[in-house]
Amino acid sequence: MPEEVTLTIDGKKITAKIGQSILEAAEENGVYIPHLCALQELHSTGACRVCMVRIDGRYSASCTQPVSDGLQVEVESDELLEIRKMIVEMLFAEGNHFCPCCEKSGNCELQALAYRLGIDSVRFPYQFPQREVDAEHPDVFIDHNRCILCGRCVEASRNADHKTALEFIGRGKNKRLAVTGIVDLDRADKAVSVCPVGAILLKRQAFQVPLGQRRFDHEPIGAEVESRNPEVRTP
Amino acid sequence: MSTKIVIEPVTRVEGHGKVTIHLDDMGNVDEARFHIVEFRGFERFIQGRPYWEVPVLVQRLCGICPVSHHLAASKAMDAVIGVDTITPTAEKMRRLMHYGQIYQSHALHFFHLASPDLLFGFDADASQRNVIAVAQEFPQLATQGIHMRRWGQQIIEATAGKRIHGTGSIPGGVNKNLSLEERDRFLADLDQQLQWAREAVAIARDYTMEHLETARGFAAFPSNHVGLVDDEGVLDLYDGRLKAIDPDGEVIFEGMEAHEYSDYLAEEVRPWSYMKFPFIRSLGPRRGWYRVGPLARVNLCRRMGTPEADAAREEFMALTDGKPNHLTLAYHWARMIELLHCAERIGELLDDPDLQGDELTTSGEFRGEGVAIIEAPRGTLFHHYRVDRNDQVTMANLIVSTTSNNEAMNRAVTDVAEKYLSGQRITDGLLNHVEVAIRAYDPCLSCATHALGQMPLSIEIVGPDGAVLASRLKG
Ligand code: SF4
Ligand code: FES
Repeated sequence: MPEEVTLTIDGKKITAKIGQSILEAAEENGVYIPHLCALQELHSTGACRVCMVRIDGRYSASCTQPVSDGLQVEVESDELLEIRKMIVEMLFAEGNHFCPCCEKSGNCELQALAYRLGIDSVRFPYQFPQREVDAEHPDVFIDHNRCILCGRCVEASRNADHKTALEFIGRGKNKRLAVTGIVDLDRADKAVSVCPVGAILLKRQAFQVPLGQRRFDHEPIGAEVESRNPEVRTP
Repeated sequence: MSTKIVIEPVTRVEGHGKVTIHLDDMGNVDEARFHIVEFRGFERFIQGRPYWEVPVLVQRLCGICPVSHHLAASKAMDAVIGVDTITPTAEKMRRLMHYGQIYQSHALHFFHLASPDLLFGFDADASQRNVIAVAQEFPQLATQGIHMRRWGQQIIEATAGKRIHGTGSIPGGVNKNLSLEERDRFLADLDQQLQWAREAVAIARDYTMEHLETARGFAAFPSNHVGLVDDEGVLDLYDGRLKAIDPDGEVIFEGMEAHEYSDYLAEEVRPWSYMKFPFIRSLGPRRGWYRVGPLARVNLCRRMGTPEADAAREEFMALTDGKPNHLTLAYHWARMIELLHCAERIGELLDDPDLQGDELTTSGEFRGEGVAIIEAPRGTLFHHYRVDRNDQVTMANLIVSTTSNNEAMNRAVTDVAEKYLSGQRITDGLLNHVEVAIRAYDPCLSCATHALGQMPLSIEIVGPDGAVLASRLKG
């Protein structure tokens, strides 16, 4: 079996390694596909669906779909952009995301994605759910109001930290993150550092980075990926 | 955390200011009430939030002087985490931010909100009595106001990170210092700003002197005054000890530390208002009400602490033979003396190499409770918090400057109503004078700064039985 395959993304041929996901292959070739749950060093669970693309005409999450030879992948289209926007808007409507007061602002992937996608209002009714804050841990602050259930922390706790400090409980609309092992959780855990939003934070670090020096202050999310490809200009 | 509660205070202050004038059986003015909605929702909303969020969160309380809340909360949180002294760089950065804020706020108030009243007279038609007319007839003054405001805003931006709702001050210190480029940019404008500030003092002084008779008859009444001074009794807008004087200038209390505030001050609730009425405990609610803000501060300090503002204050105090000045309209003059003081203080700070220091934060032994007092542009501001071992806020109590001036504003409105109400008709004259009286206190309602200086205001006349006899809406 060959080590490499060839596929096209928006009509352009790229090569990818067997075993890579479409998302990874795209990134390696400087094509940014918006995503919120996938993280390079973690197993992708396909939780957020933001990375949706069309593969040979069918909709699929690019983070869980492996590459194979001859695939035709569509990333940029008005329709896909609309789908992404809709998913991100749902995330905003579903939780309590109050960016102006959130310490993650400027470093938050959800917020950065909303900016990149040009979301300035949310078409769905805000749910204003009643959610808890978990502040018992001496070093870690968990604010369920902002959790988008991406699963990164759960994955990281299991497979990187080899603990079960964090798990999901409940189903559907009642699904939520549960701190199953607060004593196990350590400030140095991977699970504590992977949250894309401001739901898991190290305590007492808020606002130490001045405005203008935060992760997304100068470049939109995805710019780093796109800088690998001289043909792509980040919006 | 329910976002509903956050949005509410913001939308609530955007309403009209409302005044009700209550008549007695004889048809005379019994009292007038100025209704403002207060921000109590906020104190509930922050319960459960981590303390480090509060200095940023609390700024959303007020769109007009967010920096004061940002700093007051930071100072209170310093105490919460057991930090009594922050580093010199942190203190000076915060001070610079604070003086920048007061400078821009006072410039805005004087040039954009108050100047139409002062330049055209209170009785002038509303179509003329606005900032656009000022820009047409006194273009230089209007531009000057804009430039002064911008300088202050740029200072806020350089210290807080943004012109509004910055993050520069954090519990235990600050998150940045001032670069040499930033410093030089502000220094380049300093002389011009000082010159404009001097001129502004002169305009306010001349106006008051020329209209002394009007000023004496316009919502002038003796009151106690409260404000912050340093250990020598010199005005300190950022930190210090609380002092109160009576109408003759005699000290009621002084040297009070922030955490002692509830021993000296209390708040009265009146059924018709969301806003409480604070008073000096030892004097009781009837006699203990007080004024805060520029007039109170200039009255009660021993000195301003900067040479030009000191000279300006002496002139101000000479008018009343060194006794406290009680004229509501003298707020404008006092405000401009403070404006000059801020420019001088900013100049001193810019020369201080501590602003380029790298030691930004200090840590301490967690205490769980903190009170801070700061002089906001509109007056003394109190923040009091309790925080539990999980770092979550369990209690917050805020007394904002407009609350402290509540009684005084009600008196001012009553005084004006007594003079200008005839029968049950709400005339233009009455409407205008009520507006000017309220505006002198620069209440921090967004309605007070609405529409380029036009205050949307509704007035009702209420009979002894509670029936509304007449009402009028303006703005
Ligand atoms: S806490 Fe953060 S990392 Fe964990 S599921 Fe929620 S959003 Fe994802
Ligand atoms: S990134 Fe693919 S589903 Fe979330």
